[in-house]
Amino acid sequence: MHHSGKGAALVLGIGNILWADEGFGVRAVEALHQAYEFPAEVKLMDGGTQGLYLLPLVQDADILVIFDAIDYGLPAGTLKVVDDHDVPSYLGVKKMSLHQTGFQEVLALSAITGRYPAKVRLIGVQPLDLDTYGGSLTEPVRSQMEPSLAVAIRFLMEQGFPSRRRISGCVPESLCPPSVNLAHYEAGILVGGR
Amino acid sequence: MTTTTPNGFVLDNSGRRMVVDPVTRIEGHMRCEVNIDDQKIIRNAVSSGTMWRGLEVILKGRDPRDAWAFCERICGVCTGTHALTSVRAVEDALGITIPENANIIRNMMQATLWAHDHLVHFYHLHALDWVDVLGALKADPKATSALAQSISPWPNASPGYFRDVQNRLKKFVASGQLGPFMNGYWGNPAYKLPPEANLMAVTHYLEALDFQREIVKIHTVFGGKNPHPNWLVGGVASAINLDGPMAAGAPVNMVQLNLVSSIIDRTIEFIDQVYLPDLLAIGSFYKDWLYGGGLSGHNVLAYGDFPDRANDYGPDNLLIPRGAIVNGNLKEVLDVDLRDPAQVQEFVDHSWYRYPNENEGLHPWEGITDPNFKLGPNSKGTKTDIQQLDEGAKYSWIKAPRWRGHAMEVGPLSRFTIGYARGIAEFKDPVDKVLTDLGLPFEALFSTLGRTAARGLEASWAAHKLRYFHDKLMANLKSGDLSTANIQKWEPSSWPKEAKGVGFAEAPRGALGHWVHIRDARIEAYQAVVPTTWNGSPRDPAGNIGAFEASLLNTPMADPEQPVEILRTLHSFDPCLACSTHIMGPGGEELTKVQVR
Repeated sequence: MHHSGKGAALVLGIGNILWADEGFGVRAVEALHQAYEFPAEVKLMDGGTQGLYLLPLVQDADILVIFDAIDYGLPAGTLKVVDDHDVPSYLGVKKMSLHQTGFQEVLALSAITGRYPAKVRLIGVQPLDLDTYGGSLTEPVRSQMEPSLAVAIRFLMEQGFPSRRRISGCVPESLCPPSVNLAHYEAGILVGGR
Repeated sequence: MTTTTPNGFVLDNSGRRMVVDPVTRIEGHMRCEVNIDDQKIIRNAVSSGTMWRGLEVILKGRDPRDAWAFCERICGVCTGTHALTSVRAVEDALGITIPENANIIRNMMQATLWAHDHLVHFYHLHALDWVDVLGALKADPKATSALAQSISPWPNASPGYFRDVQNRLKKFVASGQLGPFMNGYWGNPAYKLPPEANLMAVTHYLEALDFQREIVKIHTVFGGKNPHPNWLVGGVASAINLDGPMAAGAPVNMVQLNLVSSIIDRTIEFIDQVYLPDLLAIGSFYKDWLYGGGLSGHNVLAYGDFPDRANDYGPDNLLIPRGAIVNGNLKEVLDVDLRDPAQVQEFVDHSWYRYPNENEGLHPWEGITDPNFKLGPNSKGTKTDIQQLDEGAKYSWIKAPRWRGHAMEVGPLSRFTIGYARGIAEFKDPVDKVLTDLGLPFEALFSTLGRTAARGLEASWAAHKLRYFHDKLMANLKSGDLSTANIQKWEPSSWPKEAKGVGFAEAPRGALGHWVHIRDARIEAYQAVVPTTWNGSPRDPAGNIGAFEASLLNTPMADPEQPVEILRTLHSFDPCLACSTHIMGPGGEELTKVQVR
């Protein structure tokens, strides 16, 4: 695999925030961004369900961390960490979501162009509910948020990117538009949901 | 049994039933079933969206100024178009006007999306329905170079260059990791290109992959965040300060506007020197394969887009014209009014929803989205494992939109047909030129190949319009007009107690409309009718079939186990970026499982 030597890290949350636990990836990277500060070489991104738009970002990264809800057939809320060559196939364990087909393709295309990150870590959580359109994270998945952030922080530290907890009250600009950040999104869910 | 639909298509469902189940990103999962006769010709087609989408429920009760941020999450492909349509709907409801600069920048965002989406669609999804990747391994690089130089002045065309790409491809294939080229139907007789044309196209696939990342930088300049640009009711989120510094969150400055200008130049160059020549070269080998026209020669619809001046959404101010053509009468382009309750209506008698009276359609302002999933008596399998749909009953999560009762095709071919019928040179001339170059009659336009060609011509149109709007923006800015947002009616206290609005745009894949109803500063109701709802619609109460269904009829298949022809035609509508396909045999056993690009 190719190492471009730019020393850049990308932390990407993928998934659809409108489909309950499928929003885990985006919510995780958002939470990481709210709570921690990283060196300038670390880019945190809400990747949503975007496919090819993410390719340039992946191509430019030496270290790639992906947060995603992955159906491994494990108990709901199980945290699973997968590295490097295993990542593309794990993303495709079950084609539970369209965004994963898209992101698998992004990884394949970054490989064919010879610009694949030197290190890839997938931090996945087994979802409980993928069917409630307009819903938010379920409790088993939400409770894995902190542990999954800890995995990312430790991994980035090992790669030479130490982080710092933000001083409380010092709120950064949201990664998502504020109207769809977790608190605002959940506040607007009508009782009874769909 | 043979039947003739009111829209003039003969259906015969007596032959062998095949199921193709592509999963698409735009509407979620899409499935298609066909009956083929003993000559392997498609005689019946059934298209079904198998995933529920209920945006309406999510938006109810929310602040209308926030709606765009939810809408852009509907799908991963035309993010920006949904956001644009949403802010237009809210502005229409509340009577909010936008500054000229905001209109120009929105048009540039939209034209950028078109150029990018069309380019990516052609090379990274659709070309592989026409190009045999493994066939490229047999090409002679020298002959490939001669071919490339004969059709374009594009500089990357030496024998050595093509040899390098071929070697890279060989290594890639030898590694066993075909990646994006995995599971293609390579070697299928439906592929008609000589090895050299295959190698040229695969080479440009890789070049397009490198180039597409440049185009989207325009979104980052004007939209701030990538890949989810910011939008704003009342204008655009980006302020402009020509002499300002470069910094995150700072207004757009001259350096960035110059960057945009240079990207536009390169986009025009790439599309005109690579994409269009490739399209013609590939098309020249498929001149005998003119299937897939479906509804396009009969009924086409466009809402129009690209208002030249701000705040005028009338037909004379839209650079992509609005209109409808029915029954193939190109002499008359009919007016389209999205507010008229008798024009756009959605039917659900073949869709998994419930209406009080399912013989009638509902205008989107009166729209109801009440799911009702049940299978018809002639279906096979279970609700969780459908083996065969019953098209006589409800069979799709897609509603059936109709315009004055007609099933319509939307998309680039529809837009070009309407522009052509209105006699507008920038649509008519390139169509005539392509047909002349290929030696094809006008009717050949209404085909899968014609749909694919129209998309290429439209990519070029969009790239040149980017130049037009950039010049216009610079002229405005230099005259001292820097305004990009109108916040006069930002506060809900300035809004009426109740308001209705409609926003429309032309997404890359066709006409898109959002209808909003606001009450007490909150969204009371919201309905989106998306392009794939038009094209992928199921039957309606009168028995009219939709555009996907019509397009598949009468197509012969070289090998039914490898439905290249079905995918080629469905992909020509650009339903999404990537599909994974399951093909079920008549007994429901899985014959093959493929990843289709």
